[in-house]
Amino acid sequence: MSKDTGLPVLKAKDYASDQTVRWCPGCGDYAILNHVHRVLATVQAQPENTVFVAGIGCSSRFPYYVDTYGLHSIHGRAPGFVTGIKLANPELDVWMVTGDGDGLSIGANHLVHMLRRNVDVNILLFNNRIYGLTKGQYSPTSETGKKTKSTPMGSLDFPLNPAAVALAAEASFVARTADKDRKIGEVLEQAAKHAGSSFVEIYQNCNIFNDGAFDDLTSKDGRDANVLYLEAGKPMTFGKDGRKGVRLVGGQPEVVDLDRDGVAEDDLLFHNPSDRARAALLAQFRRPGYEELPEPFGVLFQAERPTYDGLVEAQVQAAIDQRGPGNLDELLSSGDVYEVE
Amino acid sequence: MSHAPAVDSSAPSELEQAVIRFAGDSGDGMQLAGGHFTDTSAAFGNDVATLPDFPAEIRAPAGTVAGVSGFQVQFASNDIHTAGDRVDALIAMNPAALKAHLADVEHGGLVVVNTSEFTKPNFKKAEIDPSQNPLDDPELSQNYKLIAVPISELNAEATKGLGLNPRDAGRCKNMFALGLAYWLFERPIDHTAERIENYFGVKKKRPDIAQANNRALRAGYDFGETAELFPLRRRVPPAKIAPGKYRKITGNEALAMGLIAAGQLSGRKVIYCSYPITPASDILHYLAPQKRFGVRTFQAEDEIAAVCAAIGAGFAGQLGVTGTSGPGLALKGEAIGLGVITELPLVVVNVQRGGPSTGLPTKTEQSDLLQAMYGRNGDCPTVVIAPKSPGDCFHAAIEACTIALQRRVPVLLLSDGYLANGSEPWRLVESKDLAPIEVDQLGPPDNGEVFEPYSRDDKGVRPWAVPGTPGRMHRVGGLEKQDGTGNVSYDPENHQRMTELRAEKVAKIADDLPPIEIEGPDSGDLLLLGWGGTYGSLRAASEAARADGLSVAHVHLRHLNPMPNDLGDVLKRFKQVLIPELNTGQLRMLIRSTYLVDAHGFNKVQGKPFHVSELRAKIGEMLKQGSAS
Repeated sequence: MSKDTGLPVLKAKDYASDQTVRWCPGCGDYAILNHVHRVLATVQAQPENTVFVAGIGCSSRFPYYVDTYGLHSIHGRAPGFVTGIKLANPELDVWMVTGDGDGLSIGANHLVHMLRRNVDVNILLFNNRIYGLTKGQYSPTSETGKKTKSTPMGSLDFPLNPAAVALAAEASFVARTADKDRKIGEVLEQAAKHAGSSFVEIYQNCNIFNDGAFDDLTSKDGRDANVLYLEAGKPMTFGKDGRKGVRLVGGQPEVVDLDRDGVAEDDLLFHNPSDRARAALLAQFRRPGYEELPEPFGVLFQAERPTYDGLVEAQVQAAIDQRGPGNLDELLSSGDVYEVE
Repeated sequence: MSHAPAVDSSAPSELEQAVIRFAGDSGDGMQLAGGHFTDTSAAFGNDVATLPDFPAEIRAPAGTVAGVSGFQVQFASNDIHTAGDRVDALIAMNPAALKAHLADVEHGGLVVVNTSEFTKPNFKKAEIDPSQNPLDDPELSQNYKLIAVPISELNAEATKGLGLNPRDAGRCKNMFALGLAYWLFERPIDHTAERIENYFGVKKKRPDIAQANNRALRAGYDFGETAELFPLRRRVPPAKIAPGKYRKITGNEALAMGLIAAGQLSGRKVIYCSYPITPASDILHYLAPQKRFGVRTFQAEDEIAAVCAAIGAGFAGQLGVTGTSGPGLALKGEAIGLGVITELPLVVVNVQRGGPSTGLPTKTEQSDLLQAMYGRNGDCPTVVIAPKSPGDCFHAAIEACTIALQRRVPVLLLSDGYLANGSEPWRLVESKDLAPIEVDQLGPPDNGEVFEPYSRDDKGVRPWAVPGTPGRMHRVGGLEKQDGTGNVSYDPENHQRMTELRAEKVAKIADDLPPIEIEGPDSGDLLLLGWGGTYGSLRAASEAARADGLSVAHVHLRHLNPMPNDLGDVLKRFKQVLIPELNTGQLRMLIRSTYLVDAHGFNKVQGKPFHVSELRAKIGEMLKQGSAS
């Protein structure tokens, strides 16, 4: 978070490290990296108080390219490192970068537990629906039937829905955006400012192994047709001129045309990011059973909840307040002591 | 054993040491009774050593042999190092306990049985032929001094009239048995009575339960008197122990206390990250309430998250510790490798238990040495040290933390189930006797200073700059580092150099180790070489051998990696080397391959510590062979 330090104002380029970025030319990760540099400047993150932690995978090379402290850890386990860092020093601003394989396959266990604890961290999950670094196997978010090197007859697995997983794991902030989306900066900034686990799913194009997977959301026409930008307190409208909307009928969402269906904006669903049940419904849009609905981008859910690291500190402080700071000699002479003369 | 000949008089026979074992169902409170007996004996001035032995199941079916829980104490008027080989007095609360433990009792020893439980249904549960009451077996009274007491009935009688339900009243019968044991060995009951009052009466606000337990304790004690068991009474006088303040301590308690002390001595928060696992969980339980010392405990979702959080804490500048047992160490291997390549401080406590896989969760073993040495991908040497007694876990924990913080390296601390749950008298330590742990940690750089996170000092240690330090932002990770800058490097020559530098850094720790302590002659016929929790048994066996005039010395290794620089010389000064281990020969393999010494093994994997007698016999056998060749 920004702090009024009186230090010189840092620009986006000040957050770039001196390392050559080694993603494939054309990879969606470049755009995300640039946006993160910008958001760090927007919130005036202090580089020495900022830590980027990652697991393994293409996305997880991210820490090398940010001029802050960084830890490129092991596959799937970034949440453990993040939790340890925040327990050691809750003052640090920690970002975790993961992918659909790192975060939802090998590391899914850790991710859900970090989310339910609400460790204060900004989580960027790059979802390209493919394994890139191992050269093109299907991932836990790949669509059923996907033909890859390891699934020549099509994958049999039903895909995970990352936002739904995060909500089920009691995350306090769940958002979705895409590498090329014009509003990615806003979403990242909101995530940075949220106290607690901010979970951001970022659709990311892997131009080598899964090119065009998100064209229907990131191309101009696709975005106009399919993306619903969520804004708190605003009716859910989308489409080129914003004349399509989403309303609830009998508890089920449906798409309406404001010009043709005789529906007024007031009759549409209004976005309330603090409504967890509604967020769970939004997370299903464009998924099986809800194919007609648009893809929500933006903050699906946000709630204030004490952070794990803050609660740990509070317990330590309460223990000290009650009985004073620990005295080593007192401890060393505790127990059932007897004297031999 | 040194039984004085039993004379038929009311004067108790005097013993130098005695071993008592309490055995009953896992719900019978045997661990508690044994613990009280130990505390009272320690306070009485005896040297004590304990060996709890309990099933892995919380409540195995009542009355079965699988459900028998035992607690053994040796108490002595001399200096002892083990909980004893053979049992002088067995308290058997049911037929299953008698069946499971009678074979360990010395002929002529006391066998107290709770006859109330010797019923046909209980024989069936214990898989004893119901038509053959074991108490009717003439051999039982021929071989042992049988004391048949209807403990359950007498306990019910003693606790009557307090308004307790039969279940709560029945739970006092361990105190009846304890009272009788106190009478048999001439120990006072006040110490226990006072603690019962403080616990149930004051803390739990159940004066009725306190009163019932104390009545049972007193009734058991008085039973000895009224039943005129005087000829069976034994006396173990106080030991000549160095004056001072003592407490009884288990290995897990001492280890946890050592971690807290290390945190205080280094001015770092202890971040203890663990996933519950037997027999390491008590360390977590001990540390969780110690928040006043800046201790943070993190019960992680699994073993891997626990070690990763501990590394994260080390990365962020605090004392990250993870604790586990063998199966958990297997899960932590990859992360420990990350600790090695990122060169960050980390302490990994492994309270070893019987393996492989789930193995024998509640039994002791030393079979994770090679896992600790090599259980990671790549050439990945790191520091391995082992405590030798319950009390030594305190000092070993401080040393593990010191090495980890000063050398920026993962340290594996190999305790075991025997040390963890066993206890001994521990002379209190004062903080002024403990050296502060100095750690170089970089502050902000001077103007123009070039910061290279993978440069090295003369000990091969890289500088430590932690997040929050201005001007020293850098990235670490599991990819190979370029020597100096720490940037990712795939250069072949660099990988070779970095592999060597990491190994040298660990090897150089040996330069600062104290000379090896040899118990016994500096050279001679046989060196008994051991490590870890077998210290007491090996020491007692080597002392016994020397007392018999044999040329035997004992060296016990605390530092398994790196090993002390003078170990090779010491090994050469003995004609034979014997390495007893509670595994199938792991240290022996290391010693043979490192020093080309024809070391022999004595190996046991039965979930139990060595008997001094079996070690002594092996020494005798080796020396006969040695003199013949």
